Amino acid sequence: MTMQTSRRAFLSGLGLVIGVALAPRGFAADALERGDLAGAPGVPAFNAFVRVATDGTVTVLSKHIEFGQGPYTGLATLVAEELDADWAQVRAAAAPADDKIYANLLFGIQGTGGSTAIANSYEQMRKAGATARAMLVAAAAETWGVPASEITVVKGRIAHAASGKESGFGELADLAATMPAPENPVLKDPADFVLIGTDLPKLDTVAKSTGRAVFTIDVQAEDMLVAMVAHPAHFGATVKSVDDAAARAVPGVLDVKTLPQGVAVYAENTWAALKGRAALAVDWDLSKAETRSSQQIEADYRALFAEAGHEAKKAGDVDAAFAGAGLTVIEREIVFPYLAHAPMEPLDAVLMKNADGSIDCFNGAQFPGQDRAAIAEVCGVDLSQVRINTQFAGGSFGRRAQFGSPYIREAAAVFAASGMARPVKHLWTREDDIRGGFYRPTYLHNLKGALDKDGNIVAWRQHIVGQSLMKKGEFDESTVEGAADLPYGIPNLRVTATATDLPIPVLWWRSVGHTHTGFAVESFVDELLQAGGKDPVEGRLALLGDKNPRHAGVLTRVAELADWGGPIPDGRQRGVALHKSFNTYVAEIAEVSIEGGKPRVHKVWVAVDCGQPVNPNVIRAQMEGGVGYGLGAILFDQVSLGDGGKIVQSNFHDYRSLRIHEMPEVEVAVIPSREAPTGVGEPGVPPIGPAVGNAWRRLTGQPVRRLPLSSAELA
Amino acid sequence: MMQQRAFALAALAAAVLAVPAAAAELEPLSSFDTITDEAARSVALFTEAGKVIEHPRCLNCHPVDNVPTQGMDMHPHEPPVVRGEADMGAAGMMCTTCHGPENVRVVAQADTLTSIPGSATWHLAPISMAWAGKSLGEICTQIKDPERNGGMSLDDIVEHMSHDDLVGWGWEPGEGREPVPGTQAEFGALISAWVETGAHCPQ
Amino acid sequence: MVTFTLNGKDIAFDGDPDTPLLWVIRDEAGLTGTKYGCGIAQCGACTVHLDGMPRRSCVTPVSTVEGSDVVTIEGVSGAEAAAVQAAWIGLDVPQCGYCQSGQIMSAVALLQLVPKPSDADIDNAMAGNICRCATYVRIRRAIHDAAATLEG
Repeated sequence: MTMQTSRRAFLSGLGLVIGVALAPRGFAADALERGDLAGAPGVPAFNAFVRVATDGTVTVLSKHIEFGQGPYTGLATLVAEELDADWAQVRAAAAPADDKIYANLLFGIQGTGGSTAIANSYEQMRKAGATARAMLVAAAAETWGVPASEITVVKGRIAHAASGKESGFGELADLAATMPAPENPVLKDPADFVLIGTDLPKLDTVAKSTGRAVFTIDVQAEDMLVAMVAHPAHFGATVKSVDDAAARAVPGVLDVKTLPQGVAVYAENTWAALKGRAALAVDWDLSKAETRSSQQIEADYRALFAEAGHEAKKAGDVDAAFAGAGLTVIEREIVFPYLAHAPMEPLDAVLMKNADGSIDCFNGAQFPGQDRAAIAEVCGVDLSQVRINTQFAGGSFGRRAQFGSPYIREAAAVFAASGMARPVKHLWTREDDIRGGFYRPTYLHNLKGALDKDGNIVAWRQHIVGQSLMKKGEFDESTVEGAADLPYGIPNLRVTATATDLPIPVLWWRSVGHTHTGFAVESFVDELLQAGGKDPVEGRLALLGDKNPRHAGVLTRVAELADWGGPIPDGRQRGVALHKSFNTYVAEIAEVSIEGGKPRVHKVWVAVDCGQPVNPNVIRAQMEGGVGYGLGAILFDQVSLGDGGKIVQSNFHDYRSLRIHEMPEVEVAVIPSREAPTGVGEPGVPPIGPAVGNAWRRLTGQPVRRLPLSSAELA
Repeated sequence: MMQQRAFALAALAAAVLAVPAAAAELEPLSSFDTITDEAARSVALFTEAGKVIEHPRCLNCHPVDNVPTQGMDMHPHEPPVVRGEADMGAAGMMCTTCHGPENVRVVAQADTLTSIPGSATWHLAPISMAWAGKSLGEICTQIKDPERNGGMSLDDIVEHMSHDDLVGWGWEPGEGREPVPGTQAEFGALISAWVETGAHCPQ
Repeated sequence: MVTFTLNGKDIAFDGDPDTPLLWVIRDEAGLTGTKYGCGIAQCGACTVHLDGMPRRSCVTPVSTVEGSDVVTIEGVSGAEAAAVQAAWIGLDVPQCGYCQSGQIMSAVALLQLVPKPSDADIDNAMAGNICRCATYVRIRRAIHDAAATLEG
């Protein structure tokens, strides 16, 4: 294999394409497997989403980034179904950045998030597949001189029974690409689906099981610099002065620049960049920084409960209801910490300027259009001169979806300040990630409920204090989603929110507002049901009534799956939780014991209704992963500010992740459905916390008043 | 106020910071001369050596169960590890999966974890030599007991305490860790004098 | 100058001897299957085999591997590796995939030492490998599957 040495010879991942490492300085690299560029120029394009190569390979261009939730496989399944392709011939690759052609139909711009990949693409991708199929059939009809209506397509074979003619896709690809595309191709009756609804193997599994999958951190360009930025340990701090003499003395360090985001060190390799950054002595200006500790912030938030708050939901007359006689009133406060997303791959990007003045960015972009605009602005080039090459991302959980693209602005600032003569890889360490802000905000919930003498919940008052994710003035729906839309029939209900403003940047975190509202609501309803002498499952079903059949459906199914009411091993208790998020309904039951004074979760049963299941294998995986991600957070995770506002945690030793021995067994039931499909990336997360918390309350008699559980006063 | 980012601190002064502030000291042998009763002197010598033996730096790898601890607060080792059949960790995640033949300074990473400790024979003390949670008297009796000390004679113990590399790690625990008091030579001298005075144990 | 073998090939590295093996493998040898996740031996994403035993390359100065054999995900081979990778693929273990090279290197090392591991053996060997996607249910199952394959 010839090693390219031009600047454009770089190792990158265009979807499932396997790149090749540059000839490294010093010694020869192993030759990595190299595939043809799927979706490359010259491969017949049927529409913006489908390419059919002359070897018969079908490549689906995914407008959604792949970071584990399975959109490459899911979107390709939708295309392949209507195309009648054989799954073995199907590949997926990242679509280029284009806010119009590749718009998320629910956002209006290109973007991945909110568990929308399948929901917004279901019809669009099926139409793309059906269109391509019609064009292949038209090409066959013309070639064979037979009526298109007599042609069949099954598992990648195009056939005309009467004449005995048969062909694969590849032989007809060039001609088919020139055929007119039908405006409104007929889509299959779901009863005729052969791929949708089956456990197809994921398209990215092999590359990710062999070390060949290429992530942004793996992109290597000829002559590339590695840059790292020293950031402050206080939010809102800025650089006052810097002594970079020692940094510049590190062999391999080429330059040091002060930027709005911190101090950038440029080096020939990652190690030199790390050493150089470590050698900086930076004096930070804290005059505008957050200098309160977490405890002070919590106390300040608590004081805000005295305010009325913005009313998000009102039913009946709450004040009158609480004033009633003969009631049992329970009041609870729950404190939620700041949470970092901590995806396995820290944030990173590779930027390079080409001879024609255009800029290529390689990164894991949830909002590629936003990133593109940020780069154009910061680097001072026209938008048309910026290309985003979306890579596999090593997890995100919301971290890579940022309006205004602050991370990419930093990367672009680093690149621009370098003079843009050489490609730059900008890399964060784990510490940059844990201390980098854009957290799930800290929230305080105050809940008050009243039971009548028969144990019925007659009044519910909930006040939420915390930062707004959307910075939308006085009220932000994402603060109260999952609380203001309570499905339970409670006659007198009021939900209010008070938004706070502080210099700690916040962001959506896998399941957004539901991360805390789901916990608060499902913990409190469970406690009220217990106080009222009701069974957690039967009690919820009664509160749901007959107007919430899909809620009731998953709850009934999970109870059946777990043999609710059956025998439980000694020393264990079970907790239930039910939550709808992103239009997907999930119920979970957790079986928990006390081990070393802390919860030990043995098994979790999950029932999920996400409409028409596209790939149950992926759905089950997302429920398993959602349970593990949510469980790690409620057991261990918090980012806290110490005295003076310095961030306490910094890496996985003090920002604990769930590990394999802490992972419960997970059993998932996917509800069969013909409803429109909805997302599965996030909805598995919200119920696990309250399910475990409810079991914990039954084990210890103590409701959860503070997360994470490891920080709380435990049994 | 000068606010330095963690990694700046870690780096500039890498070599200088290797030994954190004010290492505690051991009393010199001569200070025990005033104790005329030999048995009492022996007990006092061992009690002084106990400043080393009962230091978290030593106790962390002499656990009574199968999990080593870390830090001056002796929290469970993170990531979680177990003793394993040969006191060398679990199959697939041995001590040597992370701990090398020498301490390794970590550059530009966590300010609360600035080096990974290492020594040529990094491993846990056998369960028979567990110290954590025991009284100094119990530890003393155990140290003398060939059934529990790996078949060592008292002379072997003096040699081990005075010259073993892994014991010696306690005085050079790597950046970010408080060393045990004194020096290995002083500690060895205390143990030697303790043996010479009859190796009497505290109650 | 530090010399060692990387996936069977002779390597001579004349840079900073303190450079962690991870960055020599990635930046200099261009083998990017081995990942950076934490830099402090907490997450296991950088796991390689050093003279046949699992080793976190992020805390391994290259100077300490003089004369050693280093194997990465790109070069791992043998019955255990084949069985593990086949099981990984069969169960669609990876989600984002970033940690999986390290998971596989740890799992292969486990099976080389313990051909039929119990759940406790798996917990002990794999507890040092973090997966933020929490693919642990399938990792455990895949290791059992690979053990069954090896048993024949």
